[in-house]
Amino acid sequence: MKEALLKVENLRAGIDGKEILRGLNLTVHPGEVHAIMGPNGSGKSTFGGVLAGDPRFSVESGSATFHGTDLFGLSPEDRSHEGLFLSFQYPVEIPGVTMVNFMRAAVNAKRKYFGQEPMGAADFLKMMRQKRAIVELDNKLASRSVNEGFSGGEKKRNEIFQMAVLEPRLAILDETDSGLDIDALRIVAAGVNALKTNDNATIVITHYQRLLDYIKPDFVHILYKGQIVHSGGPELALELEEKGYDWIKQQHQS
Amino acid sequence: MKSLSQYINLYAECRRQLDLVPKPIAALRPKALDALRVFSEQTMRRAPYTEAAIDRLLEPDYGLNIQRMGFAVDLSATFRCEVPNISTLLGVTLNDTFRPTESLMRNIPEGLTVCSLTKAAAGMPSVVERYLNTLAADSTPQAALNTLLFQDGVFVYAAKGVSVERPVQLVNIFNAPVPLMAPRRLLVVAEQGASLRLLLCDHSQRNDIDYLSNEVIEVFVHRDASVEIYTIEENGASTRHITSFHCRQEEGARLTLNTNTLSTATSTATYTIDLAGTGADTRLGGMVIADAGQTVVQNVELTHSVPDCTSTQNFKFALSGKSKGAFGGKIVVKEGAVRTNAAQTNRNLIASDDARMTTAPQLEIYCDDVKCSHGATTGQLDPLALFYMRSRGIPEAEARLMLTQAFMADVVDSISYDLIRDRLRQLVERRLSGEKASCAACAAENTCHC
Ligand SMILES: Nc1ncnc2c1ncn2[C@@H]1O[C@H](COP(=O)(O)OP(=O)(O)OP(=O)(O)O)[C@@H](O)[C@H]1O
Ligand SMILES: [Mg+2]
Repeated sequence: MKEALLKVENLRAGIDGKEILRGLNLTVHPGEVHAIMGPNGSGKSTFGGVLAGDPRFSVESGSATFHGTDLFGLSPEDRSHEGLFLSFQYPVEIPGVTMVNFMRAAVNAKRKYFGQEPMGAADFLKMMRQKRAIVELDNKLASRSVNEGFSGGEKKRNEIFQMAVLEPRLAILDETDSGLDIDALRIVAAGVNALKTNDNATIVITHYQRLLDYIKPDFVHILYKGQIVHSGGPELALELEEKGYDWIKQQHQS
Repeated sequence: MKSLSQYINLYAECRRQLDLVPKPIAALRPKALDALRVFSEQTMRRAPYTEAAIDRLLEPDYGLNIQRMGFAVDLSATFRCEVPNISTLLGVTLNDTFRPTESLMRNIPEGLTVCSLTKAAAGMPSVVERYLNTLAADSTPQAALNTLLFQDGVFVYAAKGVSVERPVQLVNIFNAPVPLMAPRRLLVVAEQGASLRLLLCDHSQRNDIDYLSNEVIEVFVHRDASVEIYTIEENGASTRHITSFHCRQEEGARLTLNTNTLSTATSTATYTIDLAGTGADTRLGGMVIADAGQTVVQNVELTHSVPDCTSTQNFKFALSGKSKGAFGGKIVVKEGAVRTNAAQTNRNLIASDDARMTTAPQLEIYCDDVKCSHGATTGQLDPLALFYMRSRGIPEAEARLMLTQAFMADVVDSISYDLIRDRLRQLVERRLSGEKASCAACAAENTCHC
């Protein structure tokens, strides 16, 4: 078996002294797709945020090893350079910073991290065009401020566009399906699938089977009260669709 | 104000040399002296932070160049600091002495006068008498002090109907081997229907010597005339700067004033503007970027005296380190100034725990049927935006820079003159990325020329 891409052990993390993740374990190998499901407020977004280095959260104990390096020892920007990508549940609007400048800064920061020269203007624009095509993102958005005035669906497409540009080794997609119409869902899922290789992996956080029809998971996990309480194959998602979470909640009443 | 007595004494001692100026200037001294005597007895009349600060600024025993000694200056190094791709009509004030450049003399268009104030006072005394010190009028300690001590200045005059295409660029430079106060003086007159653009730049060539610039600017915009003024302050870490800006606008006159304080030790400016003719229009924009222990104070006192005038103000401060900022924005709408339309915003960004901002918007309205608005906010960089950028690999320092630039964008974007707008954008980026603006650095860069 290949070496783990991400290994999270006994992760405890929270915010302002309130514990949200309570001993979370998860191992992801290259080439795998993991789905994380679970009731509202169970800590799914917190998990994504903690992995990406959201400074609002503090890690109390446990570890996360990302292709051999201690993830929590890296700044958010270095986590990105090392190949971690979080598609935000709520992408942030940044008035006054254009998409083009934002992406140019991101691309060139990564190149600098790996000792490469900044990308030439023509090459950069060409790449932007190619990557936009993957999620059929309207190119008029390029000159607009980051996410400002984007529709819900445009914001989600924009996340996957950024993922396409940054070519992460591990992408965490936090409810990327919410707010997408049926056609957009298909386009975005196709984009994610097109970016899939044997060397990278995806964690899909979602509430609905719908997305998993397009992005087929190898594993499905249920996150409840800050722990992964149940794992299974793709059939688990179908089971949840049918039965809801009551049985899980009952099992973990005590 | 205790600090004033040393200057009153200095004047008494050096009166003979100081009054070796043409009569329109010398004639102003007695009143200024009287005013200063009164100020020196008083403590903190109004706008406390300003007066207290001015008192402290004037406290050190600065020398003045009373003997009019010439200091060597590497003008070529300075010229490189200027605005590339704009061919300006350039004049340089070294400390407090005006030096026109060759190219200014050669290229000055018909109907425009740009010359030393003493030359103007000698050559066209009646014009100078009509305007000089009629607005500043010894109304503040710093203005009275300037009037008592200034020995030279700059005179800019656009005759009736003259429209000057090329901007007049006036560069103030400090360079002296000892601590020095420069009482700088600028008089601008745009006659009826004239239009004029001024770019005022402040530099000091040394960071290690204390300089104080005590500057009085008076601007007269006559009927249907238009004056645009852009200021860029890039002073050294030991240079203090006091600006008293006064403007009077007649019927249909337009004033655009865009001030940019990029580096200084302490900079205190008061912009006093009187919309005195119907239909006059004022657009004020200000950008302050301060860090370390810098202090920047911007006061606006704008008076709508007659009906149908409009004014907008947009002042923004970005403070980091232990810097302090203050904005005092007073709008007075006098009785009878109906259909006044006045808007003021002051937005501030605090990027560190130790930076402090004080903001005091003030509306005094003595008239119905007016539209006045003001708003002030002080906040921090959006932490969510910062994390979002970092999560995409943009290093924190760069993300902060981009967000601060974005914060300032509307002040810069509002500049209608594109060449100055583009240059300012560059200067802001350079400033925010931590490069100190200095003549030496710019000379090394060797990219810009005049
Ligand atoms: N910034 C915050 N401040 C305070 N509490 C927070 C914060 N962020 C998350 N929480 C709390 O942590 C818990 C987990 O939130 P999280 O957003 O991780 O849930 P989730 O599983 O993603 O839910 P959903 O399915 O609704 O997106 C919730 O109780 C939430 O209120
Ligand atoms: Mg969530």
